[in-house]
Amino acid sequence: MFDFLSDYDNPTLLGAFWMTVKLTLLSGIGSLVWGTLLAAMRVSPVPLMRGFGTAYVNIVRNIPLTVIIIFTSLGLADIFGVTMGASDFKVQGFRLAILGLVAYTAAFVCEAIRSGINTVPLGQAEAARAIGLTFSQTLRLIILPQAFRSVIGPLANVLIALTKNTTVAAAIGVAEAAYLMKEMIENEAQTVLIGAVFAFGFVVLTLPTGLFLGWLSKRLAVKR
Amino acid sequence: MTEVSVAKEDVAATGELVVLKNVNKHFGALHVLQDIDLTIARGEVVVVIGPSGSGKSTLCRTINRLETIDSGTIAIDGKPLPAEGKALAKLRADVGMVFQSFNLFAHKTVLENVMLGQIKVRKTDKKKAEEKARSLLDRVGVGSQADKYPAQLSGGQQQRVAIARALAMDPKVMLFDEPTSALDPEMINEVLEVMQQLARDGMTMIVVTHEMGFARSAANRVVFMADGKIVEEAVPDQFFSNPRSDRAKDFLSKILHH
Repeated sequence: MFDFLSDYDNPTLLGAFWMTVKLTLLSGIGSLVWGTLLAAMRVSPVPLMRGFGTAYVNIVRNIPLTVIIIFTSLGLADIFGVTMGASDFKVQGFRLAILGLVAYTAAFVCEAIRSGINTVPLGQAEAARAIGLTFSQTLRLIILPQAFRSVIGPLANVLIALTKNTTVAAAIGVAEAAYLMKEMIENEAQTVLIGAVFAFGFVVLTLPTGLFLGWLSKRLAVKR
Repeated sequence: MTEVSVAKEDVAATGELVVLKNVNKHFGALHVLQDIDLTIARGEVVVVIGPSGSGKSTLCRTINRLETIDSGTIAIDGKPLPAEGKALAKLRADVGMVFQSFNLFAHKTVLENVMLGQIKVRKTDKKKAEEKARSLLDRVGVGSQADKYPAQLSGGQQQRVAIARALAMDPKVMLFDEPTSALDPEMINEVLEVMQQLARDGMTMIVVTHEMGFARSAANRVVFMADGKIVEEAVPDQFFSNPRSDRAKDFLSKILHH
């Protein structure tokens, strides 16, 4: 019944899910970094930075991911010649997909972290400034470490959403799970079974993520 | 608590350390500081008292610019307060501050709380910073709690750690913003004792408090504020036994006779 699963070798089933994992991890790291910077901008004392952060988040999170991903390929690559240093079309698609996913997911990471910053009592920042820490030291050493711990739960949601959002990368030819699924559905008769296999694959990826981060969130909670 | 038998240094004119001139501040329509002139000499202990909303906490917080002022000047050790930026951070390192709500860094241990400023601001190496932190924690009587987190300590212990954290920066002056107001009664004394020891050791201190006993025994001068103005300044004995202004008489009559 499952014979067809081994009939594909470009990519293989495992290869396709491995691509999904790579997209998720790299975009996850990228969006965590970019999202944190955006959050820092949104609480910074410099009006220009605050304005940029606010505008970025409100524009990017309201554009469908599909539009962003397709824009990276048809817009950035084809019109503006941004190939991300890749000569091969597949590598280029992979890198552009990560760029799009990072740009999009960072907006959500930013808002999660910003709500975390709001849970840190004002006195923490005042005490930090009172011993002579600069704004960036206060943010890095006192505020963000506490903010992160309080938003591990919401960030887990963002990571799970990101894992599933990587399927949009199929739109620009990245050979990840959804790309393979579409190919299989075109060629095989067992569409329900194919759907179930891929649904199960994603649950296998996201369920442990959610459970692990939930546990971590309890463990690292700051006691006040 | 370690017994340090240092006689209080003679306060007489070793120079002006904190000078506020003509300071004004508004919170919206509320004129919370009105033409404040105040000079604090090196080694002097000044206690600021007054009814709630009189601006005494705000006054304390303007001295390290946690509150900005609308007009006037504040100078510390001859240098006017810088605006935001590195220069302000540098100045704040020289001004110790103790808050009503302790504000210990909740994600760091007691020891790390006292080491952080030394390492990140003073660039002391880790080993020296730890040594100093441990000796300061011993000095305020919480040496055995060094590896706990703030939430595991009582309020009195937390506040003593906060004092150690401020002292670790070798401040020129210490600001206390109602340091005992959030404490259970039985913990107030352990904090006041540390402060009294500090005063005896010659630290310049500005203390906003409702502890009249502390004002009597440790202060060189009492500043009485009401409605955003300094109404009266006097040595403690004179202020408590013979206040000149009606406002001070009224205030004292409400708090001293029960």
